[in-house]
Amino acid sequence: MTRELEQVLRTRRVDKPILLMTHLVVGYPSLEVNRAVIRQMAAHGVDCIELQIPFSEPIADGPVILRASQESLRHGTRVEDCFRFGQEMAREYPDICFLFMTYYNIVFKYGEQNFLHRTRDIGFLGTIIPDLPPEEGQEYLKTSKKLGLAPILFFTPTSSDKRMREVAGQGQGFMYCVARRGVTGGQTAFDSSLDQYLERCRRATDLPLAVGFGISSREDVALLTGKADMAVIGTATIRLVDQEGAEATGPFVAGLLASR
Amino acid sequence: MKKGYYGQWGGAFIPEVLQATFESLNKAYAAARNDPSFWQEYVALMGNYSCRPTPLTYAENLSRHLGGAKIYIKREDLNHTGAHKANNVMGQGLLVRRMGKKRVIAETGAGQHGVATATMAARFGFQCTIYMGEEDVARQRPNVFWMEKLGATVVPVTDGSRTLKDAMNEAFRDWVTSMDETHYVIGTVCGPHPFPEMVAWFQSIIGQEAREQIVQQHGRLPDRVYACVGGGSNAMGIFQGFLDAPDVDLIGVEAGGMGIDTGQHAARMVPGCGASAGVAQGYKTMFLQDPEGQMLDTHSIAAGLDYVGVSPILAHFGEQGRVRFESATDAEVIAALSLAMRTEGLIPAMESAHAFVQAIKEAPAMSPDQALIINMSGRGDKDIFTIAHAFDDPSWKEFIVKRAEAYR
Repeated sequence: MTRELEQVLRTRRVDKPILLMTHLVVGYPSLEVNRAVIRQMAAHGVDCIELQIPFSEPIADGPVILRASQESLRHGTRVEDCFRFGQEMAREYPDICFLFMTYYNIVFKYGEQNFLHRTRDIGFLGTIIPDLPPEEGQEYLKTSKKLGLAPILFFTPTSSDKRMREVAGQGQGFMYCVARRGVTGGQTAFDSSLDQYLERCRRATDLPLAVGFGISSREDVALLTGKADMAVIGTATIRLVDQEGAEATGPFVAGLLASR
Repeated sequence: MKKGYYGQWGGAFIPEVLQATFESLNKAYAAARNDPSFWQEYVALMGNYSCRPTPLTYAENLSRHLGGAKIYIKREDLNHTGAHKANNVMGQGLLVRRMGKKRVIAETGAGQHGVATATMAARFGFQCTIYMGEEDVARQRPNVFWMEKLGATVVPVTDGSRTLKDAMNEAFRDWVTSMDETHYVIGTVCGPHPFPEMVAWFQSIIGQEAREQIVQQHGRLPDRVYACVGGGSNAMGIFQGFLDAPDVDLIGVEAGGMGIDTGQHAARMVPGCGASAGVAQGYKTMFLQDPEGQMLDTHSIAAGLDYVGVSPILAHFGEQGRVRFESATDAEVIAALSLAMRTEGLIPAMESAHAFVQAIKEAPAMSPDQALIINMSGRGDKDIFTIAHAFDDPSWKEFIVKRAEAYR
């Protein structure tokens, strides 16, 4: 039985005013801690989890995820470890939608076809590759579609309305709306320009909208409710695990969703 | 073929947030390229500010010493700031002015491109931030000094291997935040389209001049042209003067470091170097990486060649057999540098000395009516700290120790 990401998200949105996607770098600080964090997240109602396969040159990531990726690689995390870990998690938590996030070179070296087939086979629902724009990813988009995987594409505040429509026409699952310029982990100002931007995103596509980059508090999530379908928490949970350990992530996630 | 591709190499693997920036850069570049007055302005600027055309020097002593082909040397070392890097940055400076941007950023390894960019920014009145690996900041203090004195902010990069590729990643991270008022001056014929093509265009001034000069002095085209290849901008610059002449052999010389078989090198195109196709830093080329696609640390005595990737244009020419790739080891580079100094009074940068190594190997087997050109991409005397260290010169060390004591 294949589950398609967009459908799963739409079904969940019937009961929930906003969904939540969280993020982990596989192998940082260790697979053990990753397991504990995911257990917490699953217990507290996270809808999607993006597992980042570490790459040595993560140009779209800020200092926190960059260092997490480097640490993970230094411990010897291999792509194979990420697939195995992903498979284990997808089996254990069938209610969570898992996606791989990584950079294109990892996919390219594994073989695009092989990578996507294996991603589908272990029960993942999609992939997020920030350095693969649709112009360069035609084969990737085609194969994903064929396999029922969602290739997640991006809206950004610098995207024109025309560009948004072009990109959305090629995406599946949901559109990842980058809340601001810059890399992951910085602050986002939640002001009227963000509202206008999200309205532009909404007009450009019927796909669910996920908003990420700089979302870290219950207030942020509350402000997005009604304007987007899913909030994405990236760097904030990595910082939390660094400072307070895996056990802190459950209460944190529950807190984020307290308004929903 | 898809735009920005050279055979299977190149492309523009950029995050969505930069899409609009690249669109406007492509437009500005195309407009400049279609406007003959832009190139005229560029040539005039380089003549007035940077000693162009640079001479093609007949190396009579070195030719006699080796007893083979006539050796000519293209003197990019005589550019302002001491290397061919000036061609690219001044060209991009003119483009930035046309685009109306007020700030430039750049990555630098050894600091040559950083100094050249800081110089350009001072001349054009732009704000300037230079990203440089922490390790390079420590190794290349004199260049950091000049960048700062020229008004640039130098940001040491503490991530990854803390060298050139990490500085490039960090410059990208700045750019995705600041693209409205900022242009990223990529220093070589790498990165996402249009950078390889655009930088090659600015550097083509080397080949245009060299072709005219060799015909004037030698009566016809050369048999071979040698250039060192890090990213590949000086090689692309001079090779473009001879691409349409299939009888002219084009030889790119990569950093062999401690020897290709030691793994301690920065060669991407020679047999046995271990590089493979990949996509990183916005483009597809041959990278030194592990089988899963994680980039490896590279080594070269010449910081300007110490880079994991190579121009997609050169990867294509290499694959087609139009450019032959060789490598020179650190030890060979020091020997060639000595020979150039003693026979011709020329002090090539260690990067450029790689091209000398291969020419010196091949010249004796050529006949005296044949000619070869070495592209001397930069001068070495400004790198006195690095070169004196590489020569392990005792009196220099003594001087440094005394000077340090005086500063205590």
